[in-house]
Amino acid sequence: MVMQLTVFLENSPGRLAGLTRALGDSGVNMRALMVADTAEFGIVRIICDRPDTARRALEAAGFSVSVGNVIAVEVPDRPGGLADVLEVIGGVGANVEYAYCFVEPNGNSAIDVFRVEDVAAVTEALRRAGMRVLNEDEIYATGS
Amino acid sequence: MARPDLEALQLERLNALLARVYANVPTYRAKFDQAGVAPVVSGLEGLADLPFTVKDDLRQAYPYGMFAVPQSEIVRVHSSSGTTGQITVVGYTAADISNWADLMARTIASAGGTADDIVQIAYGYGLFTGGLGAHYGAERLGATAIPISGGNTKRQVQVLKDFGTTILACTPSYALLIGETATEMGIDIRELPIRAGIFGAEPWSESMRTQIEEILGLKAIDIYGLSEVMGPGVAAECTEQHGLHVNEDHFIIEILDPETLRPVPDGEQGEVVFTTITKQGIPLVRYRTRDISRIVTGECACGRTFRRMERITGRTDDMLIIRGVNVYPSQIEQVLVGIPGVAPHYQVVLSKRGSMDHVEVHVEVGHDVSFDEVKTLERLRNRVAAEIASSLAVNLAVKLVEPKSIQRSEGKAKRVVDLRNEGSE
Ligand SMILES: [Zn+2]
Repeated sequence: MVMQLTVFLENSPGRLAGLTRALGDSGVNMRALMVADTAEFGIVRIICDRPDTARRALEAAGFSVSVGNVIAVEVPDRPGGLADVLEVIGGVGANVEYAYCFVEPNGNSAIDVFRVEDVAAVTEALRRAGMRVLNEDEIYATGS
Repeated sequence: MARPDLEALQLERLNALLARVYANVPTYRAKFDQAGVAPVVSGLEGLADLPFTVKDDLRQAYPYGMFAVPQSEIVRVHSSSGTTGQITVVGYTAADISNWADLMARTIASAGGTADDIVQIAYGYGLFTGGLGAHYGAERLGATAIPISGGNTKRQVQVLKDFGTTILACTPSYALLIGETATEMGIDIRELPIRAGIFGAEPWSESMRTQIEEILGLKAIDIYGLSEVMGPGVAAECTEQHGLHVNEDHFIIEILDPETLRPVPDGEQGEVVFTTITKQGIPLVRYRTRDISRIVTGECACGRTFRRMERITGRTDDMLIIRGVNVYPSQIEQVLVGIPGVAPHYQVVLSKRGSMDHVEVHVEVGHDVSFDEVKTLERLRNRVAAEIASSLAVNLAVKLVEPKSIQRSEGKAKRVVDLRNEGSE
């Protein structure tokens, strides 16, 4: 399981810059950042090395922050890699709320992040299927 | 008092008042002449044709211009707070002070007070009407007054405990502070003899009442008054705690549609207007309070026949008319307080879309909200919109904004932003 911060953002100029600056000033290093937006607002999802520090820094800067767990799976960089993972998740009847991925800079694999209802059950299913589910330390260590 | 007898008394006193102000107060003479009405009515309904008095009349007459008796007959002055600028002066004759004492004695009695009570008066004394008003009332009732005034909260608690206070008179927020301070001092007020509180001078809610009653272990009674009209004692709840009985033998209450200024039926909200039918020093004809309330219909279980007004729910200064519906920002606040995930900070933004007025309520997302997905936030926004629609009977667009993005104010918060004259979107 990996801790993910979700930040509520108004759609107004400079807000994303303000968010990233607040994180930078607190010495937090991000591994992934993903923006989901609608016409009215955005939500920014962040995986970083020190989530507690990040959360405090963002709240001090006036942002509304929510913390939740997501699953990060290392997916081999080959055709059908992601499909294999999704089939396992589907196989236990879990629904993927959202997903995003980033490529590990020094490796041949991508890291896919999933948000599902029952994190524990899906993690177990993925591990049983021989997939590499990353824990927090691993994900922050990737690429560095 | 039977209703017809009361109304006959009101009419007699009203006509005496009209004759008095017309003869003695140039402002009134000018108002009546300008409106082309005679200072006499044949029935109470005739009141509706008379001109209004507003706070600005008092400001312009500052300090003594609205007094209806020679200075030699004025035995005391108080003033009303100048939240929006200049203070205003109100003067009392000896008869006014005596009537006021009677009315405050009545107020304390309707909270269950008797000559056996010990009344701790933690309203401020001085130019503010609260302290001395409650003080003379307690003495008139034959109770024991403790003129402690406001402030020095630890001493308030000590006195409350040592003197055996049975009734506390102060603002509701100060009552809460007294309760919290007692807890910090390790004193449980609920175990002391205190049994009632007469709280006024600021708007408060039913949930605050529950809180005060729990913490202090007393019956919290809402009282109402304003210095222009007299001070505390204009209206007060009885122990039924269901509307404030208006002292109709001294004040005629009207509830008017703030737009048309015509009377609304009993039970409907509107602006409270008072006519002071016994006051000598500075009598007021149809004084517009800007406070919003309504008449509580039906008879009170306590047996009193004076009509009741609901607790003040807002001010006309804040009122918006949205698609024909009167909306008070405080109503929006009440909705927000009940919804987890949003802060009770909000702003109503008015703008033009084409020729149509567009109203958007900006609501701050709370720090405590747990959201992870767009749909969670959309659900939150829709819930806010739905609850506003169901309690205000009007559909308003809701926009979620970031925490603390709505400007804070140390005084009265700016709840309405009107962009309609700044070009259309
Ligand atoms: Zn009653």
